[in-house]
Amino acid sequence: MTLAMTTPGLRSHFRPQFDRECCDGCGQCAEECSFNEIRMETRAGKKLPFANGRSCGACHRCELICPRGAIRIAEDKMALRRHGVWQTDAVNRVHLQAASGAVALTGLGADTGVPVYFDRLLFNACQVTNPSIDPQREVMETVTYLGRKARSLEELDNQSGDGCSLIRLNTPLVFAPMSYGSINLNLQLAMARVARKKGLLWYSGEGGLHRDLYPYSDCVVLQVASGRFGVSHEYLQVGRAYQIKIGQGAKPGIGGHLPGEKVLPGISETRMIPLGSDAISPAPQHDIYSIEDLRLLIYAIKEASGYKPVCVKIAAVHNVAAIASGVVRAGADMLYLDGYRGGSGATPAVVRDNVGIPLELALAAVDQRLRDERIRHQASIIAAGGVRSSGDVMKAIALGADAVAMGSACLVACGCHVCQRCNSGKCPWGITTNDEKLAARLDPAWAEERLSNLVDGWHHEMQEIMGLNGIYDIGSFRGNRLILRGVGLSDRELSVLGIKHAGE
Amino acid sequence: MCGIAGLINQKRIRENGKRIKKGIILQNDRGSGLGAGFAAYGIYPEFADLYALHLMSADAQSLAEAQKILEEHFFVHAAEDIPVWEHIIAEHPLLRRYFVEPRSYRLAQSVCENADDYTIEKVMALNSTLEHAFIFSSGKNMGVFKGVGTPQDIYDFYCLDNYKAYCWLAHNRFPTNTPGWWGGAHPFNLLSYSIVHNGEISSYGINQRYLEGFGYACRMQTDSEVVAYLLDLLIRRHRLSIEEATHVLAPPYWSSAEGITEGTVRDNLVALKIIYESAMLNGPFAILAACTEGLFSITDNTKLRPMTVGHAGDYSYFASEVSALYEMDENLLTVTTPRAGQPCIVRLEAEAASHYAEAAVQ
Repeated sequence: MTLAMTTPGLRSHFRPQFDRECCDGCGQCAEECSFNEIRMETRAGKKLPFANGRSCGACHRCELICPRGAIRIAEDKMALRRHGVWQTDAVNRVHLQAASGAVALTGLGADTGVPVYFDRLLFNACQVTNPSIDPQREVMETVTYLGRKARSLEELDNQSGDGCSLIRLNTPLVFAPMSYGSINLNLQLAMARVARKKGLLWYSGEGGLHRDLYPYSDCVVLQVASGRFGVSHEYLQVGRAYQIKIGQGAKPGIGGHLPGEKVLPGISETRMIPLGSDAISPAPQHDIYSIEDLRLLIYAIKEASGYKPVCVKIAAVHNVAAIASGVVRAGADMLYLDGYRGGSGATPAVVRDNVGIPLELALAAVDQRLRDERIRHQASIIAAGGVRSSGDVMKAIALGADAVAMGSACLVACGCHVCQRCNSGKCPWGITTNDEKLAARLDPAWAEERLSNLVDGWHHEMQEIMGLNGIYDIGSFRGNRLILRGVGLSDRELSVLGIKHAGE
Repeated sequence: MCGIAGLINQKRIRENGKRIKKGIILQNDRGSGLGAGFAAYGIYPEFADLYALHLMSADAQSLAEAQKILEEHFFVHAAEDIPVWEHIIAEHPLLRRYFVEPRSYRLAQSVCENADDYTIEKVMALNSTLEHAFIFSSGKNMGVFKGVGTPQDIYDFYCLDNYKAYCWLAHNRFPTNTPGWWGGAHPFNLLSYSIVHNGEISSYGINQRYLEGFGYACRMQTDSEVVAYLLDLLIRRHRLSIEEATHVLAPPYWSSAEGITEGTVRDNLVALKIIYESAMLNGPFAILAACTEGLFSITDNTKLRPMTVGHAGDYSYFASEVSALYEMDENLLTVTTPRAGQPCIVRLEAEAASHYAEAAVQ
């Protein structure tokens, strides 16, 4: 009686529903559910699955794995009295926190109703006066060079020898930084292989570079984050480029914390920390309290690495354009801009949902600011944070991005159904977990094929969008905002985006 | 669709506009009567060292304002109304020309490195400030004459029989993306660079933003103007050769630029593609450009717009259609069609005594 009184709350919003006629009682679903939502019971001599009704998060693992196709995940919200302010999620969160006294954690990117500006942008297309180009039959090129470029041929000729080399991409896509720890080695290996095969880049994230991935270091951007995990002399030699992580779109201004129980042998070795110890990434880098300090670190890494390009990753915050300008002037060769909807393996929901600004606005402001200050050529911009499709990619490129990062999209390609429980370490698809049994569910060869297919699909679509605009080289698409028109946007939004409204 | 014609004498022998007029009028079907224009090089030998500014203005007040601005920044050696035959085109803007040099103390005080940069800055500033007046021609010893009308009308309106030039450009406009207005007619000019363009520049959005980063303001409501500014940037300010500039505007594909094995050539092409990515032109285009070095054509990599070239002795001719080449010179020795993406460059011979030579023909 008292138990019910002390644990009020909402049960899970989802529930597996079983077609018991069809079910043969194999019990695979109970096996697969890492959240213990399903239990098997014997009724009238037949083993049958039952839902606990407490922990289904709609990962759809059981539904898709069931050999008989006998499961459907259904929405199953408690029928709260309708209220314009106290909606289910708000009530739920209060209940959870009242019970735990803890910060509410979540995973992936913000799921709020903040406008997705990509959805308010539309492309132009050729009609009559300018023939479109069919990428199936004609040349359509997406080669992109990243890094610090000269402003004129004369400047290039006069450059001294210590200029950083440029990085060539076959197509302007990179795999976003996701650390070994937040994801497992199987996915990192798949990304590394696809990056190598397709002429792209992959980012290590802050968890260091596992020994098994050293063979793929010629196409990796290795991260130096506030925890300095895995940073060794050798680490600073082998990468194609280095990234200093200042902030992350899903959690601007805060650090990270990989709990000790997730610091397993491989992770401990790669991060160079004791087995089972908490891996704390401080909120700021404690040797960077100012732009001057950033400059010191950029050049320290350049010196240590033999002048490899250095990328600085910042979260999109209010004053992002001025910050970006400072970062470029401090010597960054690439600026990685992570927007409000960027993903995370674990972030406080209050931060994820309430801090930072959307990528589209930040990107437009940064690109324009660097142009106004005539330093746009000094650094390439890599846009990240909530990019779902090739359409989003091309919109980001038209707004001014040099390349675009695929993060959450990679997870989805490998089975993720966006249940947003990456922080639990129980990912039933074996993606954001290092639990040996769960991680084994992600076959690196299969993941490689899926990622490879996704890159191919997006690449074809990107070429289509270029072709229907009569453009055969992505260089003429980049920063070409006349290709975009806005729908349903205010004058102020259009002005920040630097685009016209549809019909103009 | 637009029509293009051009002719040049490499020894700078000058002639009036009759032949270029024939060349462009033959291509009347390529225009819609909503714009035509001519550029003529060598027409102001008596003011050869002064910037010849051609100005159009919608009303007398704007003209006065423009003149005030000009006098503030330049020493005006001579000024006059551009002679026009008004009964050809009744409704036309006020047209005036000024032969000027930068006021030396102003130039010294400015941040500009030289008189050319200073002149561009003032021309751009005037064109951006005044709503109803702008300068449409700013080179030395050359001039642009353009407006809304057929090539025949514009030619007669500006009395082009009375000018003698060693290099002529002509354009017949069929506007599709932007309104047909006096400022939107071709050629587009900046200092000594003039261009006529047939096609559409799909990369305009980024070309324009790129140019803004170097202080160029695009105010003519049409894509073609970026080409004139890009040539000024690439050739005059960044000291690229005409060949290199054409490789920037119509670069080889990555597959060929990166594939060429001769060391320096490849490196140079790749470097140009990387550095000047935002200056690359995309979309269908055939462009004929003139500068103090000569006359040259560029087409897009798939040659979606035509360009033909004819030669006869010291004369070279460019046109959208072969028939127009013969219309300008029936005794052509060679007629060629440049391959897609390949420039055709005709350089003037070094300036010599022939400077003031007159053509015996016509």
